[in-house]
Amino acid sequence: MMNFDKDLDARGLNCPLPILRAKKALSEMQSGQVLRILTTDVGSVKDFQAFCKQTGNELLSHSEADREFTFLMKRK
Amino acid sequence: MVNAIDVTLIEEIVRQRLDEILPQKIEEKLAQMKANKTPSMSIIATKGTLDWAYPPFILSSTAAAMGWNVSIFFTFYGLQLLKKDISGLKISPLGNPGMPMKMPFGPDWFKRIDWNIPNLVQAAIPGFESFATALMRQTIKRKGVVDIAELRSLCLEAGVNMIGCQMTVDLFGFTREDFIPEVKEYCGAATFLPMAREADVTLFI
Repeated sequence: MMNFDKDLDARGLNCPLPILRAKKALSEMQSGQVLRILTTDVGSVKDFQAFCKQTGNELLSHSEADREFTFLMKRK
Repeated sequence: MVNAIDVTLIEEIVRQRLDEILPQKIEEKLAQMKANKTPSMSIIATKGTLDWAYPPFILSSTAAAMGWNVSIFFTFYGLQLLKKDISGLKISPLGNPGMPMKMPFGPDWFKRIDWNIPNLVQAAIPGFESFATALMRQTIKRKGVVDIAELRSLCLEAGVNMIGCQMTVDLFGFTREDFIPEVKEYCGAATFLPMAREADVTLFI
């Protein structure tokens, strides 16, 4: 499992909260740091891919286990 | 010595060369300008019920989170969404055949039933709308969907421009004191339309 600098638990939250919380968390981080995000929102997979594409943050990985999604995002 | 024929020849060569190079250069320049432009969205919000409050705020907060410039023009019943206290937004199933009527509590098989109560019955029962609103709020809460007042704060935090329609403020006898102080400006259609014209996405909600 890759290292990450900050953890965001967005489980139980639905669109658009995971994105909004992620944006807030990223704004408090330095460039190059990695944010780990946990969600249960099924739409969040596509949402985060689009978010990264639009904002230039890099989605390092995303995985699913037990209906929970884990994302690792590098702040640009 | 340059004579008239040479000049004409040079002009012709230049013209031909320009015809070859320019289209591509222009295309590259336009693509570059397009890539550098910050995407923008303008929304006209005309409804003031709980269900219609979500689309403008969700779209705006998400766009703002992606770095877009967003403006929302609130007019007619959309002004309800600018009121200081929006914890009391209501919803009405009356004449709203698209609204699923499901109970937010109980076992799964129970929650899946769409009660579909006919309009005539709805209109006859006093307090039906309040009941429906309460159930909708409960459904929203249970599903982890953000509450409207919080969503609006998130929009403002993300820099969404909220604009009030001066005409309908006057029409309904409202004053600026009724609305949140963060409203960027109050204006009319003639001021708003040029803003909408520049936007990449314009929505009427």
